[in-house]
Amino acid sequence: MSNIKIENLSKTFSSKDGTVEALKNVNLSIESGDIYGIIGMSGAGKSTLVRCMNYLEVPTEGKVLIEGKALGEFSEKELRKQRESIAMIFQHFNLLMQKSVLENICFPLYIQGKKKKEAHQRALELLEIVGLSDKANAYPAQLSGGQKQRVAIARALASDPKILLCDEATSALDPQTTYSILELLKEINQTYQITIVIITHQMSVVREICKHVAIMKDGEVQEEGLVSEIFAHPKSAVAKELIRKDGGDDAQKTTANTSKEIKTSRAIRIVFSENSAFEPVIANMILTFGQPVNILKASTRNVSGVAKGEMILGFPENCATIEPMKKYLVERGLEIEEADEYVE
Amino acid sequence: MLNSQMVEMIALGVWETIYITLLSTFFGYVIGLPMGICLKLTDKDGLKPNAFIYKILDVIANIVRSIPFLILLILMIPFTRLVVGKSYGSAATIVPLVVAAGPFIARMVESSLNEVDPGVIEAAKSMGASNLRIVLKVLLVEARTSLITGATIATGTILGYSAMAGTVGGGGLGAIAIRYGYNRYQLDIMAITVVLLVLLFQLFQTIGMTLASRLDKRK
Repeated sequence: MSNIKIENLSKTFSSKDGTVEALKNVNLSIESGDIYGIIGMSGAGKSTLVRCMNYLEVPTEGKVLIEGKALGEFSEKELRKQRESIAMIFQHFNLLMQKSVLENICFPLYIQGKKKKEAHQRALELLEIVGLSDKANAYPAQLSGGQKQRVAIARALASDPKILLCDEATSALDPQTTYSILELLKEINQTYQITIVIITHQMSVVREICKHVAIMKDGEVQEEGLVSEIFAHPKSAVAKELIRKDGGDDAQKTTANTSKEIKTSRAIRIVFSENSAFEPVIANMILTFGQPVNILKASTRNVSGVAKGEMILGFPENCATIEPMKKYLVERGLEIEEADEYVE
Repeated sequence: MLNSQMVEMIALGVWETIYITLLSTFFGYVIGLPMGICLKLTDKDGLKPNAFIYKILDVIANIVRSIPFLILLILMIPFTRLVVGKSYGSAATIVPLVVAAGPFIARMVESSLNEVDPGVIEAAKSMGASNLRIVLKVLLVEARTSLITGATIATGTILGYSAMAGTVGGGGLGAIAIRYGYNRYQLDIMAITVVLLVLLFQLFQTIGMTLASRLDKRK
């Protein structure tokens, strides 16, 4: 049975200035033990969606099922009990600033009715797991962002949750710290078999850690599936956009510079899997057709632990051989698709 | 002019002022703290939004605070007589002070609690904390510094009000200042009482601020 099931979920916020449809008929199914990414630009509704998973936001319509039980049918008290098994970490860590690291981690333990001594002991074990044993008596204000998030993770693990929701948990951190936090989450997922849901606007986070991903825009899920699958064949415009942005600024710079020399009218995106690099395909294609093409961008990336090569080819204007060239590439086992977002 | 009788009277005045101020502040918090928490809870973004209760508390707070203290003092005379048996003296001063301070303190408490990061409240909710636990272990703890600063300001204001109560037969330094300084033109006595009031104010302020910063763990 899937761990989290979202059925026909809608959420409408009404305010003085009218109503906002934050979520429109969302359907998702997240398997137990998965690391599931929900990605989208800001305002896509992903934060609302994750808050529906523990009913911090009550949906306007639809159902949220956790291990087959609908959250909507719970009483206030049962819901609080259920929340103990759905932990959450946040972009701004949300630690108690007036309490020591140790007391922060003890907070959920006290909710479960643990005695002080027992709670302290467990908190120290958790600090060990997140690698902050020496900070037990420090206060959050004395810690760096990464350390604060580690404390938040320890606090989230304290109640032995089955699910961990991460709301932009790495967005306030620098790349290095982001990487180490993601490594920690991966480790937690493997060691404790906790289902992790990651909300992010960074494709790199999804690529690094997630197995499945849902791509959201305007309150709707545009595309959903295996990360490796979507990375290789993004269908929706927003997925393509997110993958393009993933390369960072340099990708756009290259496009801008080269386009002056050869005016690109069409572009395709090629994804190489592990075994397709034996033959010099692009070079042979150019020799075969006698037609220059422009490499707008090329890189390799780690997608769910597998190296994938990505190349954007730009064809010059009035190029008559685009279709045969595409056919040529497909025949050689490459995955190609239109990438007109790269054309100026 | 400063005979031992006068010194004794002024010493008693200091004691009465401290006693009136601290007791009024204490009872002010007995009313104001729960009222402030209720305002925070029933506010539209609060843990238990309730527009009706919020509005009632809001209106009470505004009405009481908009009545000039001197008028409130006179309006309260029958009530004061009912509570302490007489309408003059130190104990009688406390009643109108508490009534005036309660809603003022409630507003201070509300604004202190509003300073607590909503994210921390959300985190506590996500862990399954009950509203009572959130109030006791999150709101009041996280707002501690601001609450103490607020209490310091409240104490100072009540000290000032207690002096005003002297005009209608209250006790303390204010009453001495009015009786001797204003009614009998003994400016030296008035000056002494004013200096003593300033010193008392400084004392309360210093204690409050030191406590607030000592307990703040954010730095």
